[in-house]
Amino acid sequence: MSIIVGRDTRLVVQGITGREGEFHTRASIAYGTKVVAGTRPGKGGQAAIDGTVPIFDTVAEAVKQVGANTSVIYIPASGAPDAILESVDAGIETIVCITEGVPALDMISVVEAVRRAGARLIGPNCPGVTSPGQAKVGIIPASIHRPGRVGVVSRSGTLTYEAVQAMTDAGLGQSTCVGIGGDPIIGTTFLDVLKLFRDDPDTDAIVMIGEIGGSAEEEAAAFAAEHLRGVPMAAFIAGRTAPPGRRMGHAGAIISGGSGTAAEKIAALEAAGVRVADSPTQLPRLLLEAGYRA
Amino acid sequence: MKIQEADAKSLLLAQGLPVPPWEVARNPDQVKAAAERFFASGADRVVVKAQVLVGGRGKAGGVKLASTPDEAREVGARILGMDIKGITVRKVLVGAAADIVKEYYLGAIIDRASRRIVLMASAEGGVEIEEVARQNPAAIHRVSADPELGLLAFQARSLGLAIGLRDPLLNPFVAIAQGLYATMKANDADLVEVNPLAIVAETGADGKPQQSLVCLDAKVTLDDSGLARHPGLEALRDLDEEDPTDAQARKLGINFIHLDGTIGCMVNGAGLAMTTMDLVKKFGGEPANFLDVGGGARHETVRGAMDLILADAKVKAILVNIFGGITRGDEVAAGLIEARAQQSREVPMVVRIVGTNAAEAARLLEEARFETAKSLDEAAEKAVAMAKAAAR
Repeated sequence: MSIIVGRDTRLVVQGITGREGEFHTRASIAYGTKVVAGTRPGKGGQAAIDGTVPIFDTVAEAVKQVGANTSVIYIPASGAPDAILESVDAGIETIVCITEGVPALDMISVVEAVRRAGARLIGPNCPGVTSPGQAKVGIIPASIHRPGRVGVVSRSGTLTYEAVQAMTDAGLGQSTCVGIGGDPIIGTTFLDVLKLFRDDPDTDAIVMIGEIGGSAEEEAAAFAAEHLRGVPMAAFIAGRTAPPGRRMGHAGAIISGGSGTAAEKIAALEAAGVRVADSPTQLPRLLLEAGYRA
Repeated sequence: MKIQEADAKSLLLAQGLPVPPWEVARNPDQVKAAAERFFASGADRVVVKAQVLVGGRGKAGGVKLASTPDEAREVGARILGMDIKGITVRKVLVGAAADIVKEYYLGAIIDRASRRIVLMASAEGGVEIEEVARQNPAAIHRVSADPELGLLAFQARSLGLAIGLRDPLLNPFVAIAQGLYATMKANDADLVEVNPLAIVAETGADGKPQQSLVCLDAKVTLDDSGLARHPGLEALRDLDEEDPTDAQARKLGINFIHLDGTIGCMVNGAGLAMTTMDLVKKFGGEPANFLDVGGGARHETVRGAMDLILADAKVKAILVNIFGGITRGDEVAAGLIEARAQQSREVPMVVRIVGTNAAEAARLLEEARFETAKSLDEAAEKAVAMAKAAAR
């Protein structure tokens, strides 16, 4: 069944005519994702991707005409909050925002609007979500995946690819891989995704990729301790050697006032019974040690 | 982006907050001249404060009082040029020393867990709030601003009451708390902190003694993602305290943080860049930098990044780790080959490129006789060995 995206996904691409939008839409279609529409205000009635995907002026039109239920956003930061709100207003259930560099204060009111509407937002500043063999929404390379029963959740982009590749190489396939994004204010947290994995009959084990900054990993650890005791879990935390007070690329990755360190997160996870790797390449071995059998 | 106290105070003042007057001085004569003006307008003593973007100025001896203009000059001369946590003090703030009755802490932050702006206050002011959080977390009181309505007066009032403020200082506190919130919103700040917010004793307009709440210090950090829509704020970037490589990295659109080790790293993606550093350390090496070339880096970016790494004379080996997604491996390989042809000094390098167009990259690198690695662990191990061999 997988989580967040899957066979039922009917995707509308906001910003389908842009360089990134077009490139990644082609990859999503090649993977088998149902891309039912794109939007580009003022170009409604035309078609994108060699004439195969209808373009609408608004997301609402895409919902009405072709039944879009999921959107992905490849729109520059200045327009991304508006794009999310447009999807919310159109009744889209799942919104994946790839865009990076959205001001945090904008996201506070956007996340609130998403919550009130009962929609789900992944990101911003995330690589997207793939349910291998079913649907790929975002920019995670198709080649690294293999269908299976391990759920992967991560705050990072390329580091996720590294971990997923290591699992695929070891013969451990994935149910869904979710990149939740590296910003301070994001729509869906580790905790949210862990709950979804817990309730997903097709996910038997979980890999979590965190990094320094904030306390989302600790909250996830607390949940795991209480609700995921029987589930094989492995984690990796990036930034063990990061200096305090410096933003390590991601806006959210900063050790401030001695909190948000890798050491604290690792300790919390280990106390919750989660095995923590000191290299992403060890994740498959740790899952097997935790009792997982593919 | 961090900004200096004086600039942070200007942002607070622009929102109508009570900030006592100050001047910024860059040499001892300017300190004396500024002090003379404050003494002329009735100050008993002046305070001279180092302007640096790190905490702990007071402990380091960067904040001093003076009773005469000459003493201010002397104190200024001592503070200017002082080294505070590796940063040379190039300017000081001069102001009238306040007659402090009591100190509080007040700060506005972006709280990730609740996804709201949270106002925090404590009656234990003047000390680092992180220290209070460790020692006595119950002393920190919080309220969450409504995402739509903002910080409401009753919320600010409850915060003021919680830290023990009463008439006639309660309403001024509400105005200050709402002003912090407004400062945050107006500038896309991710932190606005006043520590201490102080009750000071003054002589009122009627000649009678009175007490008032004033912002004696200010700390503001700005959300880098918001800078584009506040063109004036870019001018507050303190180039004095920037490593020259910071500006170069910004121009190239890459994330670069200079560290102390000998192994230069070039990676795509922040999480993977941190992981690469961690693995270098795991295998017994020390990273010389954090460097994220970003998504979709072209060969010009790669060349520029290589220049940044090589500008650090301590670098003895280079580790390139690229997991192609948006980034094309062959573009990176071409950039590395170009960079090596032009680079000023020979430094051993190990390259690992996987993902998009990795096969093409491997062919280019093999033709150019680059040392390569298959896995991240192997690459880190090789780079550490190279750096150790070069150090012998």
